[in-house]
Amino acid sequence: MTELAEPVRPTDRAGATAPPWCDRCGGESATGGHAACAAARVLEPPRYCAHCRRRMKVQVLPVGWSAACVEHGEIRG
Amino acid sequence: MPEILDQARTQVLENGVGLDESGVLAVLNLPDEHLPAALQLAHEVRMRWCGPEVEVEGIVSLKTGGCPEDCHFCSQSGLFTSPVRSVWLDIPSLVEAAKQTAKTGATEFCIVAAVRGPDARLMKQMREGVAAIRAEVDIQVAASLGMLSQEQVDELVDMGVHRYNHNLETCRSYFPNVVTTHSWEERWETLRMVRESGMEVCCGGILGLGESVEQRAEFAAQLAELDPHEVPLNFLNPRPGTPLGDRPVVEGKDALRAIAAFRLAMPRTILRYAGGREITLGDLGTRDGLLGGINAVIVGNYLTTLGRPATADLDLLEDLKMPVKALSETL
Repeated sequence: MTELAEPVRPTDRAGATAPPWCDRCGGESATGGHAACAAARVLEPPRYCAHCRRRMKVQVLPVGWSAACVEHGEIRG
Repeated sequence: MPEILDQARTQVLENGVGLDESGVLAVLNLPDEHLPAALQLAHEVRMRWCGPEVEVEGIVSLKTGGCPEDCHFCSQSGLFTSPVRSVWLDIPSLVEAAKQTAKTGATEFCIVAAVRGPDARLMKQMREGVAAIRAEVDIQVAASLGMLSQEQVDELVDMGVHRYNHNLETCRSYFPNVVTTHSWEERWETLRMVRESGMEVCCGGILGLGESVEQRAEFAAQLAELDPHEVPLNFLNPRPGTPLGDRPVVEGKDALRAIAAFRLAMPRTILRYAGGREITLGDLGTRDGLLGGINAVIVGNYLTTLGRPATADLDLLEDLKMPVKALSETL
């Protein structure tokens, strides 16, 4: 899978097209508050694919990170 | 002025002899009103015995996650329900990470693996990776690969690894509350072999694991007995899915008290800011620690979490008129 998806942050989910899953905790975006997840994500890479909830393979580097979902491709930050 | 600070001024600042466990405990128990004086003294000690230079380091995870050990603070243990998945870094990416680290002015690049100890595959990856870095990047290479055999110690020396990190994490009396799959003494044995090999010893730990103030003092005294070249000081960043995931973070003033106390216990060591400072101390506290005994930083990201941009720390060092240690001073 080579598609490069845009990084999805919890704060993006207020919009109508927001992905269904929180990329930090893997919970449903629509249920429960994810403000704490959004705050934590400032100092964390995503761990779950926001499109399918799969756990991603995440590599943190001294500068930046990459996170790969087997279905939805890799995102970088 | 509290008696312990008067004592430390003579004993540590003037004579270079670190405080013992009871002295460290007295510093850790200082009331808030005396914290600025403790930090000021620790800063003077650092300047007297280490100088103004700050050692800058970058770290990278060569093998992430899937660790068989149960260190209760660690999101990379395969025994917990952490979201961290196992992943290996390839050698071109490792070299690129070293290059990015060197661009910040860092003199140290530490390669870390989440393992009990290295197996043949990891040692092969290390040998190839260290050789590739040394061929292309002007930076000192350190390693942190868990517990070692004597043969592995010798092999790392042969590769040119100049410093080995192996944290004791916490004091001996509290360690069984944090790790049950191996012992504090096993870690100490690896540190003994590393020291005898001629590699520099890097050994620190994490504050905020649930240890008492007395156990923090015990830990500082045990580190002082080890006399490591470098002590990385982490503050717990509670990770989801780990047994310590719900612990509170260390209060900022307690963190600063600990920085001062550890410096007064070990006047000559490289005392490095490591993980957790962003959430425990924030920007202002980071500055206070650099003016309170800290003389080294990890810049950029950590192993599974993110840090401040390297430029933020480098700008702060410039503002504080603290020069970054040059590579020539580390050789």
